[in-house]
Amino acid sequence: MRKGCSKFFLEDERQFERWNDSAIKSLKAEFKLFKDVVVLSLMHPWERDARLLKKALKKGPPHYNVIVETACTRSSDQLLGARKAYHSLFDRSIEEDLASHVKGSERKLLVALVSAYRYEGPKVKEDAAKSEAKALLNAIKNNNGDHKKKAMEEDEVIWILTTRSKPHLKVVYEQYKKISAKTITEDLEVELLLKETVECLCTPQTYFTRVFGTALREDAKEDAKKALTRLVATQEDVDLKGIAAKFEDKIKERVKGAYKDVLLGVLADDRK
Amino acid sequence: WGTDEKAIISVLGHRNAVQRKQIRLAYEDLYQEDLIKRLESELSGDFEKAVYRWILDPADRDAVLANVAIKKLSPDHHVIVEISCTRSPEELLAVRRAYQARYKHSLEEDVAAHTKGDTRKLLVALVSAFRYDGEEINTRVANSEAKILHEAVKDKEFNHEEIIRILSTRSKMQLMATFNRYRDDHGTTITKNLEGDSGDEFLKALRTTIRCLNDPKKYFEKVLRNSIRRVGTDEDALTRVIVTRAEKDLKDIKELYHKRNSVPLDQAVAKDTTGDYKALLLTLLGRE
Repeated sequence: MRKGCSKFFLEDERQFERWNDSAIKSLKAEFKLFKDVVVLSLMHPWERDARLLKKALKKGPPHYNVIVETACTRSSDQLLGARKAYHSLFDRSIEEDLASHVKGSERKLLVALVSAYRYEGPKVKEDAAKSEAKALLNAIKNNNGDHKKKAMEEDEVIWILTTRSKPHLKVVYEQYKKISAKTITEDLEVELLLKETVECLCTPQTYFTRVFGTALREDAKEDAKKALTRLVATQEDVDLKGIAAKFEDKIKERVKGAYKDVLLGVLADDRK
Repeated sequence: WGTDEKAIISVLGHRNAVQRKQIRLAYEDLYQEDLIKRLESELSGDFEKAVYRWILDPADRDAVLANVAIKKLSPDHHVIVEISCTRSPEELLAVRRAYQARYKHSLEEDVAAHTKGDTRKLLVALVSAFRYDGEEINTRVANSEAKILHEAVKDKEFNHEEIIRILSTRSKMQLMATFNRYRDDHGTTITKNLEGDSGDEFLKALRTTIRCLNDPKKYFEKVLRNSIRRVGTDEDALTRVIVTRAEKDLKDIKELYHKRNSVPLDQAVAKDTTGDYKALLLTLLGRE
């Protein structure tokens, strides 16, 4: 096998084929990505999500987007399952751990997001959606001037985004566009966590596309690649297929080995 | 030829939830109509309400009670608190599901849309909770949170965020440890330290929350005592407590009542109610 993988080896002055350090690193990284996606895919989704949440909490604020992503892209029953698994695995509720360990302005938002058990029917109240779009606009505009309080600390913002159903929020998103020059996500550029919340709830395809794009860049960092791994392991193929198709060339160009097969597998018609 | 209310009471009053459901199904099979709709059209007033509440599945019943409480012009916050804090975590989940099935909204969004300010924060957090149901207690946490609660309560400058966090996320066992520690450290209960302006909705809801979490039976005894004592009985409260606790801990609540008021609950209810309504309540009180 060593003879066939010559690029991993260098001639050493002591006459043996020595590992090329940087080649080892990238080989290990590729295998780790593959291992991660396999492990994540094999675990029961409830346990998987409970562990993802715990890990993100432990790693701290730069990783809170994983909490947002998990809480917002799962179905109501899947999120509930994750909460049950969390009880079994860690002898606490996810809410109490989040509430006692997250210190900053993100606390209210994160606790409320993981506690949601959203209605999943199609019924939407247009009038309520209109007035809630207005309330969101007010909260965001007011806070662009007042730098003391962030929009994600506003009670109006929190209860609307964390209790309303996803179909309802999609209508709120549309209504917002009518009364503002920009979309909610554009107006939330400065508050990344809140922006991701809205994206995951209202325009998940945009969120997924961004994750794919960032992970497949030349200079993509470890966390970006992990984000892609996580998506592929946790989201339904049907939701990712269209996006993966757009990136097919990049995948073939930038990704190697078994991990590439996994990514391309999302595109295959005979999966799931 | 009217309805035989006595028969209704005697049949339904003595059945448990599973049996009542079977009766509803059997009735529908036999007569091709919903027993509940039939009863609604034949019965009236307090009796009808009581029968209706009694016949529903516990989760469905709580969903209806919650919805009625929310939709009032001046929402009955204590009913929301009661349901979220005295039911087990799994029972509360069942209520949330039943609520969605019935009203096509989540319980939390309806609560949020009909409340404001700190009361809203508290109530939404309480109905959204899925508390850990284990027996483990962390003494260090109990100590530090008893301290936090005391700080929050002391100068009447209530740090609402912390109070809400602790009360809505901790497990019930953990909270009892915290309340006990508070009492041991300060010689008085938190609720005594929360006495204040009776017009303050948030404070009232907070006191109810702590009472329900700390000692639900004592809380229910008080609700019953108040509902009977009033000039004109508060039938809603009376029905609610008797119907929702009949298959749980009504026996213990009766004992508490007798101890506190020197008169058996049956007697007090008999004195204050009449007719078929009274008969149904007494039947439910008499179940073993």
